[in-house]
Amino acid sequence: MGVVTFLCTVALLVPLFLILAFLARTGAGALNWDFFTKLPGAAGEPGGGMANAIAGTVLLIVLAGLLGIPIGVLGGVFMAEYPNARLTTLARFTADVMNGVPSIVMGLFAYVLVVLPLRHFSALSGGIALGVMLVPTVMRTTEEIVRLVPQSIREASLALGIPQWRTTLLVVIPTAAAGIVTGVMVGVARIAGETAPLLFTAFGNRFWNWNILQPVAALPLQIFSYAISPFDDWHRQAWAGALVLVAIVLIVNIAARAAANRQVKLR
Amino acid sequence: MQQVMEASRVERHSAAALIDRTTGIQAEDVHAWFDRLHALRGISMTVAERKITAVIGPSGCGKSTFLRCLNRMHELVPGARVNGKVVMDGQDIYRPGVDPVQVRRRVGMVFQKPNPFPTMSIYDNVAAGLKLAGERSRRVLDQVVEQSLHAAALWDEVKDRLNKPGTSLSGGQQQRLCIARALAVSPEVLLMDEPASALDPASTLRIEELARELAKDITIVIVTHNMQQAARVSDFTGFFLDGELIEFGVTNDIFTRPKDRRTEDYITGRFG
Repeated sequence: MGVVTFLCTVALLVPLFLILAFLARTGAGALNWDFFTKLPGAAGEPGGGMANAIAGTVLLIVLAGLLGIPIGVLGGVFMAEYPNARLTTLARFTADVMNGVPSIVMGLFAYVLVVLPLRHFSALSGGIALGVMLVPTVMRTTEEIVRLVPQSIREASLALGIPQWRTTLLVVIPTAAAGIVTGVMVGVARIAGETAPLLFTAFGNRFWNWNILQPVAALPLQIFSYAISPFDDWHRQAWAGALVLVAIVLIVNIAARAAANRQVKLR
Repeated sequence: MQQVMEASRVERHSAAALIDRTTGIQAEDVHAWFDRLHALRGISMTVAERKITAVIGPSGCGKSTFLRCLNRMHELVPGARVNGKVVMDGQDIYRPGVDPVQVRRRVGMVFQKPNPFPTMSIYDNVAAGLKLAGERSRRVLDQVVEQSLHAAALWDEVKDRLNKPGTSLSGGQQQRLCIARALAVSPEVLLMDEPASALDPASTLRIEELARELAKDITIVIVTHNMQQAARVSDFTGFFLDGELIEFGVTNDIFTRPKDRRTEDYITGRFG
């Protein structure tokens, strides 16, 4: 039995390391200064970069975060502080269902909600699609972390004559802060690489765009369109883009781990 | 033991600087429930001003529940209910329109396990009650923190590391920190729920001495399952059993000539 579990654990590690090794080998070759600073070149021409896609991904993450983090964190705090409320049961169930909804459906949702009324693709609609995906992850992890704050800490605050809402805001949330940050970062890392929800929302863009009501480039979209193109140089750039994307996710995850290690010992 | 006594005698400071008023409490026919469970069955008991009143009894007898009825903490438990009167300063704290938050400001509480706020420094722990209630003045906060730590006999041990986390202190120090935190909001009554049950004997002794010292300025109600502690520290003792107050009187009388057979059985160790 021990051998089987050992082999299964190895089987988990193998694909990860293969992906990382392969990406590093294939992608690193196409990484250069131009890649980070230049716009994509004309079709078929060698050169150019993905600067706008990197910026676009950052813009989309910011938009998604602005929408998803406050709703997720505050909703999670509510669920933890009122665990028996009917709303909590409903929200917990909904969050779990939403976590299982295919991401392309989230894209469709944002398409119907934002793209159709505005009549064009936009960074905003992409940010909303990703933000809606962010909410359930952040909400559930926040709930779990806030529930770990010992009841005795809340009672200490309430017994000092501090109202419930101030106790939650100024005692409970700071106590759980590092854990909440970790949850948020893991959620952000997850949505950073999403492609499907952006296909008919952010749509992609070959130029710079900071207007959230206009289509915007994103790394996953750029990788996708370069990978299915017939040009060798674009294939190499797609690999480089994938490497950058994985690096972003990795950095966010490591930062999350560091934040978690600074978490005050709760028990 | 001798050393502990010496040490605490040196650093004694009165809590009078913080406590400008105190009051007795009259509980009249107090009932409490957890959902269907009838945990307190009509408690009537008087807590004398500037005295220590001990509440003793076996586990599950309702003594902690009674304590939590005195600062309206009991009702925070989902499904919990209270009935009856608790009169402080001539006013029932359960009459309609009373804000439980205001009651808790007037009645401080120290818990069984030391529970300093884990993200806060020693200073911030003591200042928490005032800060979270909106006090901004650094001068006021500095003064109250020092007075409170003096009153809790902790100042000399922590004055050089006020910015260290509250959780960096030993268990006994943490409990005195929690006492300082409770005193900092100038309560009129201090409730102590088995404050020494998680501490070693030397720390326990310090808490008991501290309670005696504080009782010069403030009314104290202490719940304990340690009968020697009740005998050492309190002026009056109430014996609880199955949610009822079996006997109440001067501590010395309760322990030397109890009137009720059940009290005698408990204090002589026949059950509990």
